[in-house]
This record gives sequence, C-alpha cells and structure tokens, in this order.
Amino acid sequence: MTGKEIFEGLKPELGDALLGIEGDGLDAVLSVRQASLRALLEKLKSAGFNMLVDLTCVDYSKFDGKPARFRLTYRLLSLDAEAGLSLGRVALACWVEDLKGPPSARDLWPCADWLEREVWDMFGVGFSDRPDMKRILMYEEFSGHPLRKDYPIAQRQPLIGPTDEKPRERWLESDLRPRLA
Amino acid sequence: MLNAGEGFLTSQLDAAIGWARKYSIFQYPFVTACCGMEYMSTACSHYDMDRFGAGFPRFSPRQADVLMVVGTISHKIAPVLKRIHEQMAAPKWVVAFGVCTCTGGFYNNYSTVQGIDTIIPVDLYIPGCPPRPEAVLQGLTMLQDKIQKQGRKG
Repeated sequence: MTGKEIFEGLKPELGDALLGIEGDGLDAVLSVRQASLRALLEKLKSAGFNMLVDLTCVDYSKFDGKPARFRLTYRLLSLDAEAGLSLGRVALACWVEDLKGPPSARDLWPCADWLEREVWDMFGVGFSDRPDMKRILMYEEFSGHPLRKDYPIAQRQPLIGPTDEKPRERWLESDLRPRLA
Repeated sequence: MLNAGEGFLTSQLDAAIGWARKYSIFQYPFVTACCGMEYMSTACSHYDMDRFGAGFPRFSPRQADVLMVVGTISHKIAPVLKRIHEQMAAPKWVVAFGVCTCTGGFYNNYSTVQGIDTIIPVDLYIPGCPPRPEAVLQGLTMLQDKIQKQGRKG
C-alpha cells in the first residue's frame, strides 16, 4: 500500500478530515486536521499499521504563512512480523500550536509514550490527555525546549561547571593560569 | 637527576617511583561515544597499548590511576564524570581523548560540555575526531614522561 492508495481509500470515509497529500510513493505525507488525527490513527491501526516508526516535530516559526507554529509527523508501518515483510507505509502530518497538541497515541502504540515525551522535551508541544509530561532526554533542571528556533543557540544550562556563554576563556583566566604558575 | 637541595637518595627514589608508576598505568576508560572504537583498537593486539605498560583497564575508579575520558560529555553526564574523578585515589591523571572532550568539538550546542577541563583538571589532551591509534600512543608516552617527571608529587 502506498500513501496515495491509502489516501484514496480513506477519502470517501473521512472527507474533510484529510486536507491533502504531499509527495508520492513512500514519501507521501497525508495532511490531517488536528481534530481528526486521533480517529484517523485508530482507523489505520485497525487497518493493520501495527508499528509507529517515528513521531517527530518541526518548528516552522521562521516561515511565513504557515497554519500553525509546529508540525507533527507520525510515520506508520504495516509489518508482517512473521514473514518479515513491510506491507505498507504511511506518514501523517498535522499542524499544532504550543501546548494544544492532539491526544496521546500511546494506547495504540506503546512506543508513542517515549516519542511524545521527546517531542515535548525538544519542542514543548503538549498532548491533550498528558498533563503531567516528563522530560526524556534533557535533565529535570533544564528549562525551555532546545530545538525551538527561538532557543538561543549559545545558551548553556550546565548542571555543574561554568554557566556563562564563554566558559573556556573565563576558566583560563580564573583557574588555569594560577595552577600553571 | 640531582636536584639542588635534595639528596642523592631522595632524587633516586623520585626517579624510581616515577618509573614504576609510568609503566604500570591502570586506566579507567570512561567511554561515551565513537572515540571508544579507536580506544578499543589501540588497546587491543593490533596496536597493543600493553607494550607501554597500560594494558590493564579497571572498571572501578577506585583501582585506577588514569581516567581516560573517551567521547562526548553532555551536561547530563557531567556530574557522573566529576564523581568518578573524585572516587579515584591519588595519584591520578586525566586524559581528554578526542576533540569532544578537549573543547566540545563541533558540538557547540545546548547539550555538550565545552571541554571537560571546565569540570575536572586535565593532564593530557589528545585531539582528533577520532584520534588515530598512533596519536593515542604518542599521548600515552607523553603522559608517561609527565608521570616520570612528577616523581612522588602528583
């Protein structure tokens, strides 16, 4: 099954929940309304897409004319585990704002738990039924979401060690030279 | 080897201790990233770090002399590295293996420590991404020179 076939198959059933299709073949991405994302994921899960390959996000805040700031992408695979065959792949994408993400998909694919935590950790995109979201990669003391385009590139939040933006120069002046002398 | 103000026996003792220490290095490999492959290559029989008396990795910091920090150190692991260093008994030496540990390398970003010398003292830097085994062995011999010169100090 290619993305296009899936799109054509779902179109009569879901109507305006599907906004369109971008790309072709394995690269095809179905663009979805956020409100209908959950229903679509359930439908695809029951249609045999038994593996969530990836859930990721892109920050489009430096682009003009986008419907929202972030775009979530779900990549699904229909895998025949016994034969080791891929029966089809599909990608879904939807635009979301900061903290108003779609409902969690972890009851459909348990691995979504960690992927959603990663999306929240890196981008600050929340999921509507997960109010107690916890970081997964960064430490608890970290504040902010480092892959957002407005996170200052030189900002450091070390747990130990110098905290200013030019750690090495400062270290050299204050510590190393007296030690060498 | 005679130093002014020190007796013949003392300076000879220094030389003997330095000699003993430099050829019996027990290393603690703190391996976090791809440099580890190069470290393993150097340690194994093809390049054979054991020729230089450093063929005995200890996986407890309490039994090690040289802390080899091999690979990128993130801010999240930095407290662990500092603690490992504190757990080592003196005399101890630290080798920054690879450019990530020397300066942060090309990871000039939110997650990476910009050189482990911002958190622990470093005795020897081996740059390279990753350093070739020859560079590691050269670094090791330089560290041995340093250990020899330190004698009982250090």
